[in-house]
Amino acid sequence: MEGMTILRGRVWKFGDNISTDHIIPGRYYHLRSNLPELAKHVMEDADPEFPKKVKPGDFIVAGKNFGMGSSREHAAIVIKLANVSAVIAKSFARIFFRNAINNGLPVIIADTDKIDDGDELEVDLEKGVIRNLTKNIEIKIQPLPKVMLDILKEGGIVEYIKKYSRLPVTE
Amino acid sequence: MATMAEKIFSWKLGRDVEPGEFVVAPVDISYFQDGTGPLGIRRFNEFSDKVADPRKVHFFIDHASPSPRKELSNDHRFIREFARRMGTYLHEYGEGISHQIMVEEFAKPGDIIVGADSHTCTLGALAAFATGVGSTDAAIAMSEGGLWFRIPESYRIEVSGELEKGVYSKDLILYIIGKLGADGATYKSAEFHGEAISKLSQEARFTISNMAIEMGAKVGLIPTDDETFRYLKSIRGDQEFLNVVPDEDASYEKTFYFDAKNIPPGVAAPHNVDNWKPIDEVAGTPINQVYIGTCTNGRIEDFRIAAQILKGRKKHRDVTLIIAPASKRVYIQAVTEGLIKIFIEAGGVVLPPGCGPCVGIHAGVPADNEVVLSTQNRNFKGRMGNPSAEIYLASPATAAASALKGVITDPREYL
Repeated sequence: MEGMTILRGRVWKFGDNISTDHIIPGRYYHLRSNLPELAKHVMEDADPEFPKKVKPGDFIVAGKNFGMGSSREHAAIVIKLANVSAVIAKSFARIFFRNAINNGLPVIIADTDKIDDGDELEVDLEKGVIRNLTKNIEIKIQPLPKVMLDILKEGGIVEYIKKYSRLPVTE
Repeated sequence: MATMAEKIFSWKLGRDVEPGEFVVAPVDISYFQDGTGPLGIRRFNEFSDKVADPRKVHFFIDHASPSPRKELSNDHRFIREFARRMGTYLHEYGEGISHQIMVEEFAKPGDIIVGADSHTCTLGALAAFATGVGSTDAAIAMSEGGLWFRIPESYRIEVSGELEKGVYSKDLILYIIGKLGADGATYKSAEFHGEAISKLSQEARFTISNMAIEMGAKVGLIPTDDETFRYLKSIRGDQEFLNVVPDEDASYEKTFYFDAKNIPPGVAAPHNVDNWKPIDEVAGTPINQVYIGTCTNGRIEDFRIAAQILKGRKKHRDVTLIIAPASKRVYIQAVTEGLIKIFIEAGGVVLPPGCGPCVGIHAGVPADNEVVLSTQNRNFKGRMGNPSAEIYLASPATAAASALKGVITDPREYL
């Protein structure tokens, strides 16, 4: 996250309950040990155009319960490999949320009703605000718990453990 | 004062915990399956070279089992080599689904368990704090013997009365998810209580906890009672197990009340698990495939219910009927009781123990626009390998009755 506290890009808008089967369908199960190939199918069952047309820096914006379903961490990984700068949703499913943080993919909880497909956004993670440049409005971000910010700052949990030789929470 | 989740963490940490608190807790068991294991091993190799306690780690080759593709055969070999080198448990082709083997042989009331599979919450029916995590978190637990957790707030789901004839725990949990919604319990510890739950057999309770994740819950806990201990001792012999029940004055963020006698057989219609419909509304819908099995409903009791309906009858000509036992133990018991013979004579295809077509890669991928009725836990678009297929979720009884008629059928016609 360092050096990328301001994110800028175009919006791909999705609805509620985007499942991990939408994000990376089970029929590509055999590609899970070949992440670059797997990533070619990111979000394919939610929008077949997405994997062909997504550009580095773009945002995935959705309604509630993004990432519901399976524990496959590959769902967070293929979004990260598509160089999506962040996923913004009204709420996230628990396992996906933690997987995203563990992989250094910013997941942002905010009211997404006033963000539409194709809008240009600027997200200031430090100030906790989304600027919708197309609509000229600001939307507040729900702050993340400190432990999750600490992991994101290092780019993921593996990087965190390698740097500090401990878990991000201590008893 | 304490809910079940709070009690388990307080015992493990030797101090009282509060919801919202971040803790590092010891993990009794961490486990992986063949879809999440290879990534878990690669992540582990990035930061560790030592498994904290190999006898607390399990690898299951249950999803693509046996392998339908060379890429997956290579993944399986990668898992086998790591498990043997580290001395962890390795559960091979034919042994069954991770969660089922866990409840039969390993999970204990009061344990903290993480599994790199979202349906790890199945084990909550034995009052184990068991939750699904990603490969990396499971790898951390494998290396460190512990993991960080946020203590969840608890929801109490109170079900009074008793289920009517022809209505099963699957119908009950589908109904509850329909009412609460796919994110109705996101992140919370869902505790199931009441007369209707205590009257369920242990096997039927696993179906309830298995689907807690389908309303977003972190765990789906059921307090221990005589039935819990009867089940455990029937498999594991005379051992002592912890009694895990909440304090009488435990505080819950929300309590939901249901009356079992008002709940009819039902289905989750495509493409979301919370899309509940009573059987009357969907009866007559033509189907192409029926699947009886999975970690939700692939146990011996489920097979007895299905066999009771299928016995001496033939499946409809236009329906493919697929059956997979959840474990080797279930399979052997079903053979011994003659249930497998009933399934085969009814025109069914019996698969080896494992996840089967629920994974979407083999052994029952639907054709374009086909309609499947399954006893599994998820009907998301693309779940069974074809995004144009439609999946209905139902009880084993509804599945068996529907297989006979070729359309979604109220099982009470056959009971």
